[in-house]
Amino acid sequence: MSWLVSPGTLRRQGVMGMNQRNLHFVGRHNPRQAYPLVDNKLRTKRLAKRAGIPMPDLLHEVSRQHQIEAIEPNLSQLDEFVIKPAHGSGGKGILVIASRDRSAFVKSSGERVDLNHIKHLLTNIISGLYSLGGRSDDAIIESLVRAHPMFSKLSIDGVPDIRVIVFKGFPVMAMLRLGTHASDGKANLHQGAIGVGLDLRTGEGAGAVQRNRPLTQHPDTGEPLQGIAIPNWRDLLTLAARCHDVTGLGYLGCDIVIDAEKGPLLLEMNARPGLGIQIANGSGLGQRLKAIEALELFAPSLEERVDYAMNGLGLSQLKRRSP
Amino acid sequence: MQRWPFILAVALLFLAGLGIAAYRHLDTGLPLLPGQERTVWQVEARIAFSADGGTAEALLTLPPDQNGFEFISETGASPGFGFAINRSGPQRRAHWTKSAVEGSQTLFYKLDLVQDAGRRVVEERPKRRRAASFDGAYATAANEVLNALTPKSANAKSLAEQLVQEINTDPLDQNMSLLLQRYSPVRLIGALLSQADVTAREVKALRLRDGRRRQRLRDYLQVWHDDGWLLLDPRRGLIEDTAHILVWQTGNPAVLEVIGGTRSRVTFSMVSQDQPALGLARERYNPFDLSLENLPIAEQGMFKLIMTLPVGALVVVFMRLLVGVRTSGTFMPVLIALAFLQTELLAGLIGLVLVVGAGLLLRFYLSALNLLLVARIATIVVLVIGLVTLLAVVSYRLGLISGLAITFFPMVILAWTVERMSILWEEEGPLEALIQGAGSLLVAVLAYLVMSVATVRHLAFNFPELHLCVLAAILLLGRYTGYRLLELHRFTPFLQRSP
Repeated sequence: MSWLVSPGTLRRQGVMGMNQRNLHFVGRHNPRQAYPLVDNKLRTKRLAKRAGIPMPDLLHEVSRQHQIEAIEPNLSQLDEFVIKPAHGSGGKGILVIASRDRSAFVKSSGERVDLNHIKHLLTNIISGLYSLGGRSDDAIIESLVRAHPMFSKLSIDGVPDIRVIVFKGFPVMAMLRLGTHASDGKANLHQGAIGVGLDLRTGEGAGAVQRNRPLTQHPDTGEPLQGIAIPNWRDLLTLAARCHDVTGLGYLGCDIVIDAEKGPLLLEMNARPGLGIQIANGSGLGQRLKAIEALELFAPSLEERVDYAMNGLGLSQLKRRSP
Repeated sequence: MQRWPFILAVALLFLAGLGIAAYRHLDTGLPLLPGQERTVWQVEARIAFSADGGTAEALLTLPPDQNGFEFISETGASPGFGFAINRSGPQRRAHWTKSAVEGSQTLFYKLDLVQDAGRRVVEERPKRRRAASFDGAYATAANEVLNALTPKSANAKSLAEQLVQEINTDPLDQNMSLLLQRYSPVRLIGALLSQADVTAREVKALRLRDGRRRQRLRDYLQVWHDDGWLLLDPRRGLIEDTAHILVWQTGNPAVLEVIGGTRSRVTFSMVSQDQPALGLARERYNPFDLSLENLPIAEQGMFKLIMTLPVGALVVVFMRLLVGVRTSGTFMPVLIALAFLQTELLAGLIGLVLVVGAGLLLRFYLSALNLLLVARIATIVVLVIGLVTLLAVVSYRLGLISGLAITFFPMVILAWTVERMSILWEEEGPLEALIQGAGSLLVAVLAYLVMSVATVRHLAFNFPELHLCVLAAILLLGRYTGYRLLELHRFTPFLQRSP
């Protein structure tokens, strides 16, 4: 029986399935016209800039082939940068250049790539290889985030990010995602990244999982995964809650990184956030979402919403779990 | 939409589908299950001759419309030859021409026909022709034979039967043996019947036997009786059951004429296939009947396939929403299943895996070329066509006819599959590519298995209203918010925490 868990057991713990997410939350609370705001990272960046939400700086955008041929002078001034497709998903098509070695570019993994490789990637991006439906796309070149020093041994190349699920403007669940060799430094759970559940009240780690299995130390660095505490927790939740206000998306996932100097930065938003966060937190989303749905607050302010989240969403269960 | 109106709408759709189907079943007697089989014959005439070097012309007499058979389609496939069917004159003739041909030539004429015992063709009573006269001693012998037999026979039919009997008795009557020295049995019976003022004609006909090759036309005799032709075998007499005899040529002109060539001959081969018949419901024509059987045969074949698509779509919805299988491309598996229907499962699977596998290898090389997406897909389309061609030719050479079936796969879908799989491979690793590839194959095979059930095909085609029920089921699945089967595995970590 360890291969399957009964639907009753899952329902009792409020675990949300894919069908329920799509029908009741994504379908009902996310207006279709708001999708491009988060699916196109270029639009997200513009939106965030207007609203004063901090994000990594946009260095260049590439939308045409001739811009790729002339990209060299632009890149030669940069020692570190990130290339990503505007419509990418699942970490596809992302290249992180952490330093230079003469003419070669050094990836965060230490691998060296040449200019042709970068041009090839840019060509692939703008021809739509990484976008849904193969539509032509734009490539974004943005500044590299320098991870907060507390993460230095927690993640293999790539900056760990914090995924916060925001429902109707209330942060409801959060996890820290750590890249591993298995995930090629990417922060996607299904690619083998580590998910560390975070206590919504304090930002402290509460158990880690990789590929559905609990673990206590980082498989690559051996760093213990207990006792993690995210700095600037309230700022981070506030940032996540504001994402709802600027996009109008009722159910969204915010990916936030903590820059060593600038503090929490919004990396991207997702209108269909995955369900793995429940496994990392050892807790279903169901009760938390119901708690928000049952809430009778008229137009709660940003501060009220963050307060409510940091008070445990009024759930006794959540309070008991806290240390 | 609220819960109850939705359920009501779904229930209405479901009941409407069932109700209309039930009504049509009771009203027209359209069978609910695939019933008796009816036989479809494919007859191929193969003409071989040696061309002299100038313009060559071949004329093949084609079978006339006749009782018991319905012609579906005919083709005359022959490389380099102009082909036309000449409808003027008493009989249709196939006409091939080509200038400056030399050496041995082969021409094909293919005819598909359905055996349909109930079908009657109205024939005009042939004009009385002047009796072929016997001369000299033969005239006397013929008169004596007829004088002996005419009193014993009541009508044309019995006279003809008597003649056949007489010609095959041993020892032969003196007059008969004299006549047979000069005339062939068919010719003799024909001439004797004409002499007795009975309308008769010599015909050449093909005996339909499944899987026979290099068959020749045989001589038969037709006698006009009661507004129709009766068929007689000059050795066995009247043929009651003409279901397996296809009359090919009546009277003039000859079966085959070749101009500009020598050593010409024509041989016939045939196969039969059993196809579900719909009994009487199909035969009755009704102007208000909107069923698909009113379409031409070729379009019907198309619709038979199209009508199974909703069932395949239902399988995909089921597998994705209830089981949670990941597939590459949402409905790609249905299209693959559709192709499997035309190939055969095993041949299709092997062909598909070979083409996609080889396509992936080529695609890995392509990724080094740094091409734009559209150009890359187009390149893969060309490569896939090349692979399919290669596979077809090689398997044909090896004597594996089923290898040719690969051509039924939609090439562009194959190309996209290759592209998607290769991106998956590069981006998510071989494991994910294998999972999604296997998932797609699994769903495709399941969809194929459902779509190939004879009852499903029969119902989908003959009771299109049942698709309302399929629609209702899909709508219902679209509102399912419970867990997927694979999620029950994915969320096993919650097992330890259960109270």
